Amino acid sequence: MFEACADPKSIEGLTWAMCYLTSGKHIEFYWSFVTVLLLLALTAPAALAMGFAGATAARSRFIPLSLLGKGYAAIVRGVPDIIFFLFFVIALDQGLEYLKSLAVCENHSWPWQGLEFRVCPEAKIPLGRSSAIWHQAYGFGLAVFTFALVFGAFAANVLYGAMNAVPRAQLETAEAYGMSHGQVFRRILVPQMWVYALPGLSNLWMILIKATPLLFLLGVRDIVYWARELGGMKTQAYEYPHPDWRLWYFLALLVFYLVFTKLSEIVLARISARLNHGQATAGGEALRKAAA
Amino acid sequence: MKNLLLATALIAVSGAAQAQDVVRLGTEGAYPPFNFINDAGEVAGFEREFGDELCKRAELTCEWVTNDWDSIIPNLQSGNYDAILAGMSITEEREAVIDFTQNYFPPAASAYAAMSADVDLTGVVSAQVSTIQAAYVAESGATVLEFATPDESVAAVRNGEAVAVFADQDYLAAIVAESNGELMFVGEPVQLGGGIGVGLRESDTELKEKFNAAIQTMKDDGSLNAMIEKHFGAEATKF
Repeated sequence: MFEACADPKSIEGLTWAMCYLTSGKHIEFYWSFVTVLLLLALTAPAALAMGFAGATAARSRFIPLSLLGKGYAAIVRGVPDIIFFLFFVIALDQGLEYLKSLAVCENHSWPWQGLEFRVCPEAKIPLGRSSAIWHQAYGFGLAVFTFALVFGAFAANVLYGAMNAVPRAQLETAEAYGMSHGQVFRRILVPQMWVYALPGLSNLWMILIKATPLLFLLGVRDIVYWARELGGMKTQAYEYPHPDWRLWYFLALLVFYLVFTKLSEIVLARISARLNHGQATAGGEALRKAAA
Repeated sequence: MKNLLLATALIAVSGAAQAQDVVRLGTEGAYPPFNFINDAGEVAGFEREFGDELCKRAELTCEWVTNDWDSIIPNLQSGNYDAILAGMSITEEREAVIDFTQNYFPPAASAYAAMSADVDLTGVVSAQVSTIQAAYVAESGATVLEFATPDESVAAVRNGEAVAVFADQDYLAAIVAESNGELMFVGEPVQLGGGIGVGLRESDTELKEKFNAAIQTMKDDGSLNAMIEKHFGAEATKF
């Protein structure tokens, strides 16, 4: 990166440290923090949407839809995460490629041959000749979808409970005013349920932050992958040989996660105060008394 | 923004459709001097140089992909890449699930490295998971302690979890030499496996023929030996 870094083995001290910390590999390490934040930024709303859909479906009076919503929450919550991140993603990837092969391949033979999964090259997602960035984007997309599916099931359960916690009398009053079911749902139920959902959702957010190292199982190079790779002992085969420094890299990750969860706590506390404002709940009552 | 992304995606896909077919080469990227991620973040080492030359001679366009060692065979079978060049020895167990080209690295010695010369090699010995070395230690009667990466198996000796590490001598050589006498080779080196070959799906017979022919030309004109000498030193086993 810098001219002084052209021959890393001849430099030492601060210059060495500066060159070391700006090597191409370290730049990728810094970018992986962005990857993790991007994953969280995409997954949280996606999981919330899945959860909302699941909870709404579970409340439906149309039995098959209600069973679908309840089944989604029950099955996904019951299956260990590691199975989702190891097995489900491979199955999803192969399933997508199989569907694509039905559309684009001439030869429709069954793709699962013994241990191999074989579709024609045109059916590969992304195509083998696509540049590496598409392969990474696809892997990342699969990761977002899987995270959203898993955390959406937990969110569905939280939101379903929150919807049931809104006092029945409020809904009946709205109906007495002549509102339709849709209007009651939009105007009365949804605005009030968040205060009941927030403790559960904030828990999910914290768990989601800590679950991001599962990204490596999906082939996305996240911060934990790079910390392990960069921290491992390096011989003279590398430009910057050093002993085992994994402890320092993982300490840096520890600080990152602690700072991030602390910031989240502060933000969530503020949202909680705002949602409680004017509510007929213990939290709302405490706010009213404090102001009085 | 969404339309822009979609448009770029379409351009990329249609542009790629005209490009030549790409053979994706999978490697571990944590096994110097065979393969490692250099400080620029690229795959480097003996196998990088060999693989690039191999593709040149077979007139193929190749691209490097890194994958965890533990899942490197399942991902080949599932079609995420087309060939494995990851210091993978040819063994009967692996031959049962994938195909290999002829070897591009001769059968080499594996060795024990430990902190002192008088350790008991029937105690706890560390090795990388799913390697011929791990299988050998398990059969030797010692307790095998397996790690996901070769680097972690060496670290286990330094922090006392294992009395010795068993790995390719060529991998351990640099680590032992640079440990300032902390680590040393103990016991006798052991010959394992049938050399290192390119791992391929059993159905990919066309690619196997191309690679076999290219490896043969590299053996015949001595360029493979020169490459081995460059990365492993003058004393390395050659063809």
